[in-house]
Amino acid sequence: MTLKGFADLFRPENVRFLGYGLLTTLEMAVLVILMSFAFGLVLAVARYSGDRYRHRRAGRVIGTLAFGYIEAIRNLPMLLIMLATYLLSKQPALRSAVIGMTIFTSAVMAEIIRGGLISIDRGQWEAATAQGFSYRQILQLIVLPQALRRMIPPIVSQFITVVKDTAFAWALGVEEITGKGTIIFAKYVNPMETFLVIAVVYFVINYSLGQAARALEKKLAIRSY
Amino acid sequence: MLFGPQAWLALFHDWRIFAGGLGQTVVASLLGLVLALILGTLLGVLGVTPVRPLRWVNRVYVEFFQNTPLVTQMFFYYYGLPRLGIVLPVLAVGVIGLGVYTGAYIAEIVRAGIQSIHRGQLEAAYSQGFTYGQAMRHIVLPQAFRIIMPPLTNQFVNLIKNSSVLSLIAGYDIMYQADAWSSYNLLYGVAYLTAALLYLALTLPTAYLARRLERRMQSTWGAAT
Repeated sequence: MTLKGFADLFRPENVRFLGYGLLTTLEMAVLVILMSFAFGLVLAVARYSGDRYRHRRAGRVIGTLAFGYIEAIRNLPMLLIMLATYLLSKQPALRSAVIGMTIFTSAVMAEIIRGGLISIDRGQWEAATAQGFSYRQILQLIVLPQALRRMIPPIVSQFITVVKDTAFAWALGVEEITGKGTIIFAKYVNPMETFLVIAVVYFVINYSLGQAARALEKKLAIRSY
Repeated sequence: MLFGPQAWLALFHDWRIFAGGLGQTVVASLLGLVLALILGTLLGVLGVTPVRPLRWVNRVYVEFFQNTPLVTQMFFYYYGLPRLGIVLPVLAVGVIGLGVYTGAYIAEIVRAGIQSIHRGQLEAAYSQGFTYGQAMRHIVLPQAFRIIMPPLTNQFVNLIKNSSVLSLIAGYDIMYQADAWSSYNLLYGVAYLTAALLYLALTLPTAYLARRLERRMQSTWGAAT
């Protein structure tokens, strides 16, 4: 690592080049986070409700489908799912990367949310049923809000993982910031400087996300005196 | 399309390629786990020492390697080390990258595990004449180790999935062989399906083991005190 290595890296044209990469990274991350949270929520409710309704055929079918999808997808490498999506569908690289990441992350998110659902005390369900709430109302108004609040740390931790995993999109040809780094260091022969700086960029983003999560947790915490 | 009988025939004809990839993945994962356990235990214990600068070492290591992508770290080693004159076989670079990255997660697990052991154990040990080091070695760490088995096994599953990053640096693992083989004859479907099945064959049993250990923890130890 040399001073010249850093000087080359911070030339305006390179900074702009990396900046575009960062925009792509953030764009992918935001899309994947939003969509995988939505789908993960649906999957988690599907699998959880399937367990609760296993005396009904509809419950067993939906539950098994959700279970199958979640277990099959989340135990595979995300890179595999992204590449398979890219090569087997005719979609352009960025779209396939986002779709592939969403497919994987929803499965992981579903398990996190389901863990939160399971951790809610039975008494909540029973009291709500006694008050005449329907199943959907209980989930929507009472159980899910508590479950999600409880699961903020692992959920945000997964968001951080999404930001990091956008780096895999380089294998599909997407020009995100790590991929841009490989182009830059090839020109100036400064791999260590380049990747160190890129790593610091990721670090700043993710560490801030982590701190924001802690602040959010504190703000939403139910005070017990 | 790409799933026809000819495709499967071609794949079985070249089964050695995929077997080689499987072997490489297994070796990289096991060696990476060993390195990660060594680093993680050392740095995790540092996180609970009374010496504040040592605790900072733990914090910096964990926060930096958990908040930066494995891909970027891997590129740093793979392209950067030769610049320092250190030319290693690709498997070694892969093991280093996987080990250091996973070590950060294991360090957190070890730290949390040690801190979950009731202070009373340490105080009782002191009253019997143990030094801090002896108490850790004979009383606290053995108990902590038993408690952290489930999350450790979970990290091993993540490690196996993360080993797919080797494919980005021509590491001859499952992912790389599937990529190379299918980009040669365009039989993406069977290649990636086989890769997926191979990964599941590694991750599903490990994940199942993790769940079994978790359940055993709850029944025999109850709430860790």
